[in-house]
Amino acid sequence: MRYDQATWTREDGDENADTYEPLLAEKRSTEVAVDESPLPDDLTRESVALPDPSEPELARHYTRLSQMNYGVESGPFPLGSCTMKYNPKFTEDVAALPGAGTHPARSAASTQGTLELRHHLQTYLARIGGMHSVTLQPPAGAAGEFTGILVAKAYHEEHGNDRNEIIVPESAHGTNFASAALAGYEVVSLPSAEDGRVDVDALEAAVSDDTAALMLTNPNTLGLFERDIEEIAEIVHGAGGLLYYDGANLNALLGRVRPGDMGFDVMHYNVHKTFATPHGGGGPGAGPVGVVEELAPYLPSPQIEERDGEYERVEPEHTIGKVHGFAGNWLVLLKTYAYIARLGDSGLTDTSAKAVLNANYLASQIDYEIPFSPFHHEFVASADRDAADVAKRMLDYGVHPPTTKWPEIVDEALMTEPTEAETQAALDQLARAFNNAADDSDEALETAPERTAAGRIDQADAARNPRLSWQALDN
Amino acid sequence: MSFDVPDDRGYMESHEWASDEGGTARVGISDFAQDELGDIVFVEFPDEGAEIAHDEQLGVVESIKAVSDLYSPVSGTVTATNDELLDAPELLNDDPYGEGWLVEVDLADESGLDELLSADEYRDQIE
Ligand SMILES: Cc1ncc(COP(=O)(O)O)c(C=O)c1O
Repeated sequence: MRYDQATWTREDGDENADTYEPLLAEKRSTEVAVDESPLPDDLTRESVALPDPSEPELARHYTRLSQMNYGVESGPFPLGSCTMKYNPKFTEDVAALPGAGTHPARSAASTQGTLELRHHLQTYLARIGGMHSVTLQPPAGAAGEFTGILVAKAYHEEHGNDRNEIIVPESAHGTNFASAALAGYEVVSLPSAEDGRVDVDALEAAVSDDTAALMLTNPNTLGLFERDIEEIAEIVHGAGGLLYYDGANLNALLGRVRPGDMGFDVMHYNVHKTFATPHGGGGPGAGPVGVVEELAPYLPSPQIEERDGEYERVEPEHTIGKVHGFAGNWLVLLKTYAYIARLGDSGLTDTSAKAVLNANYLASQIDYEIPFSPFHHEFVASADRDAADVAKRMLDYGVHPPTTKWPEIVDEALMTEPTEAETQAALDQLARAFNNAADDSDEALETAPERTAAGRIDQADAARNPRLSWQALDN
Repeated sequence: MSFDVPDDRGYMESHEWASDEGGTARVGISDFAQDELGDIVFVEFPDEGAEIAHDEQLGVVESIKAVSDLYSPVSGTVTATNDELLDAPELLNDDPYGEGWLVEVDLADESGLDELLSADEYRDQIE
């Protein structure tokens, strides 16, 4: 079956083209006058043609756009590290309840319910991470990293330490390097040991009076548990540095071991990976940050505290200030709250078991080498030929491919994380897509994908000559 | 695969080259570097008049695979930049020793060029 009509795939010389429904922009439109504007004349126009579709035309337009895309509601989406899991609909229902979104400028007295939920969520997250206090303000995981590093920096400065280095394992996510650099630190990149874990000797050699922190995710980006974490913590703390936990992989450990118990001092929670909220994708997200007691006075303002049954907004003593407006993206956080409350301790513990089981089951079903193990919630397979081509071919088999070519420690990496939400049938479907792509000829791979709305994209041309508006679709 | 390494210029271990233009030097990246990077989509280099120093950051090059820092093979003042690259970064892939040059530098010290790897030494490094 082909979906040319549904996806507006139009090719030159297509004999059926005249039977296709016109593009929205080609349909009836109404010329609407534009208000006067203080912008320069060459940036403004006097009128604009706004499409004037009927309701069914509009509904079809958006349905088609969604059909041209692939999302967690289309099929499995095993993008390693990103944890693209399905978000249960009840969390949306909760966020849509009347009164769920109170105006953030309202008084504490008139929004006690919201403040109570926020306080509960701070407490839940602190308990889950083994942390003392949590801020809900940062709007994404990467923003949480930046916030956590600013907190660590403020702590060091308050204690008269002008430490200027942050150590990051070379296999870490790019945002770790970026957050450290953005906060004004020199980034020291730490090579991995042969077994894919932190090289403890290299760490020992790298720490010094200049070390402000080590940033680490555990399990690491290969899905491996950093077994030497206690020794690592001792080395970093012994040098006067802090230990930062990148929470992107917390779904592997939920309910089993807590970052705070492993010796971490500050962490972020990627609520879209560990719990249930949409990935921001440019829209609202959330990346709360947890800290140990010594760092709590530096958290962003406001924190929610309870006093005699009343909830109030409080400014921490040495606060770094604000990292986002008001309380952060509250309705996203409310979905996190709903998910945690619905699953409870045993449900959350079960998610980590399923995350690990699913990754290991999928790995056992695919014909690819997986150089590093034992892995937890994700694994990195080697494609043995161009990983990007394998990934594109997997699109033709109706699934989303894994993350490709990263971490670089595995040749032609296919970093795969099926997530805890998939059933065995979905994992089998994914495995078939992996294996079919492995069996395909080089020619089939080099022209893939053939069955998607856009076909094979010329990546270099797309980066060199980006077309940034719908008008550019014509050429 | 063998890579083009012209004898008439000096090289850095980090894969930049500099050629002697009599008091000034032209600077670019090697054939090996462009091949490793793959299709280059963006390049950034200092403006005319900027002071640059040997082995310090010269700019950034971005391909569809990676973003990499460029290091300067020489010290001196930038006297010309290859602005064609801004619209046509593919020149770095197509002609790394010719039309894909990056900047021209008025050398602070002409003997600076002597410290670079010779074509033979650089060939040994990449083989
Ligand atoms: C290991 C790791 N750290 C940090 C992040 C950044 O998180 P966010 O996408 O929420 O900004 C990611 C996101 O994919 C990640 O995989």
